[in-house]
Amino acid sequence: MDFSPLWISVKVAVTATIFTFFLGLLAARLVISMKRGASLVDGIFTLPMVLPPTVVGFFLMIIFGKNSILGNFLGKLGISVLFTWQGAVIAAVVVSFPIMYRTARGAFEQVDRNLIHAARTLGMSEWEIFFKVMLPVSWPGVAAATILAFARALGEFGATIMLAGNIPKKTQTMSVAIYTAVQSGNRSLAYVWVGIIMAISFLTIILMNYWTAYQTRMMKQGRKEKE
Amino acid sequence: MGLLVDIEKKCGDFTLQIRFETEKEVFAILGASGCGKSLTLKCIAGIEKPDKGRIVLDDRVLFDSEKKIDVPARKRKVGYLFQDYALFPTMTVFQNIMCGARDEAIARDFVKRFYLEGKEELYPSQLSGGQKQRVAMARMLAAKPDVIMLDEPFSALDNYLKMRLEREIMDVVDLFEGAVLFVSHDRNEVYRMTDKIAVMENGKIVDIQTKKELFDEPKTLAATLLTGCKNITRLEENADGTYQALDWGIRLRTESTQKKDQSRYVYAGFRAHYFEVVSGMEDANVLECEVLREIEDAFSTVVLFRNKGAKETGDYSVLTLDIPKEKWKQMKNERIFLKIPPEKVIWLEK
Repeated sequence: MDFSPLWISVKVAVTATIFTFFLGLLAARLVISMKRGASLVDGIFTLPMVLPPTVVGFFLMIIFGKNSILGNFLGKLGISVLFTWQGAVIAAVVVSFPIMYRTARGAFEQVDRNLIHAARTLGMSEWEIFFKVMLPVSWPGVAAATILAFARALGEFGATIMLAGNIPKKTQTMSVAIYTAVQSGNRSLAYVWVGIIMAISFLTIILMNYWTAYQTRMMKQGRKEKE
Repeated sequence: MGLLVDIEKKCGDFTLQIRFETEKEVFAILGASGCGKSLTLKCIAGIEKPDKGRIVLDDRVLFDSEKKIDVPARKRKVGYLFQDYALFPTMTVFQNIMCGARDEAIARDFVKRFYLEGKEELYPSQLSGGQKQRVAMARMLAAKPDVIMLDEPFSALDNYLKMRLEREIMDVVDLFEGAVLFVSHDRNEVYRMTDKIAVMENGKIVDIQTKKELFDEPKTLAATLLTGCKNITRLEENADGTYQALDWGIRLRTESTQKKDQSRYVYAGFRAHYFEVVSGMEDANVLECEVLREIEDAFSTVVLFRNKGAKETGDYSVLTLDIPKEKWKQMKNERIFLKIPPEKVIWLEK
């Protein structure tokens, strides 16, 4: 059996999650500090979540296509996004970004306002407050956001197939492999991939739950006793 | 030099309009919940932005709406002690103090000064209430503020702990060289902590007095209520210079020594423990007690009653008597007449 879809999926999902993690946090940080226009920007950031993945894939195809300005520019640098695993990463980033952004934003908004106020009166700068106060306090929420984004990136299908296509050993991820297997009547292969995806997703969630519980316990007891 | 505050801020229906000046001393703002005390502190700290006005600390202009000056909170050097202390939960005691100190040697010095040695590596959730307060104070003072503001620091504590923490804060305040602003709704707390008290109501300072003046002769209804006066009545002047206490349904004589009278009083207040028991009705200043409810307190009995024959039924028509338990037991089964000595009445012009 050819396991390349598993490695491609993991490679794409891990890379995408790294990008999504930073972009999502930055976006959340930006929106909560906005005084005006927050709901408009929020709408734009959330759009990929509510649009059908094929629509997202279609837009990405237009944006990165050979005829677009960006595609043209990248082409001159020798970078092609269409039908490459990097394309699959871009699709996964765009689709998983809203989950990361929204969950992280929710976690930031839960942070006790007085902590932020206290930090300001102590003379801390806004970025210092973000890294030293806000992020650590909302860490369990941010971690959950990351796991959810990873799960979403791992299972991404519609936008991926539009942008990266279905090239075996190159851009064929597990979700796409299931589709191909069913199309060609290979039920048993489909079962194998379904089983693997379910196992990975389930494991991720279980790990997240354990980890969140551990984090919460640590925060309550303090790390002193561990040392 | 000290702190000058003259600001206005609208929040929906609520308007904060406040003006005061304080030297390097302890200055308290006493007011009921929601009167704008905390908002005032937040404006001074730069957490909230006033609509217009000026805030000047020593020689530094922190806010001036006309000159478009609005110094950001982190540069104001204003120490703010929050009610829940707002310690950073993911940082140790030492890291918390470092946030204010920014220098290990200074932080270590503050750890020592606030008796936190051995606690440096603990997290806030592992500390007792008193230790938390000390960490918060240390963190605040380590940032070298020019003014410190205490926002109801004791209101969530039990009585015993409250007294102890109050003393600790007072020790710190005594050593602090700048102005100290203290905000509370608790008259006892304010009385113990400071000498100069501003009474705030509905976003405005209605009164600034020393504590002795304030508790003996409050000038406004808000101040009278906040200093714990339980019995209030509206007044109407009679032709002979006495007053009709509308809510209590009796005549009230002013003190005979009092000059007849430039001032016209519209309210009178009377503290619950000043009633004198007398044997019978008199033509003025005496109520007959119609008991509504007895509440047994730790050392005294609190009796809610009406004046027999009073026609009013509003909130003010219910009076409160505070009397030693034993005394109340002896007299409770007979007819009770209570005298209001004129010299103990708080007369209010507004």
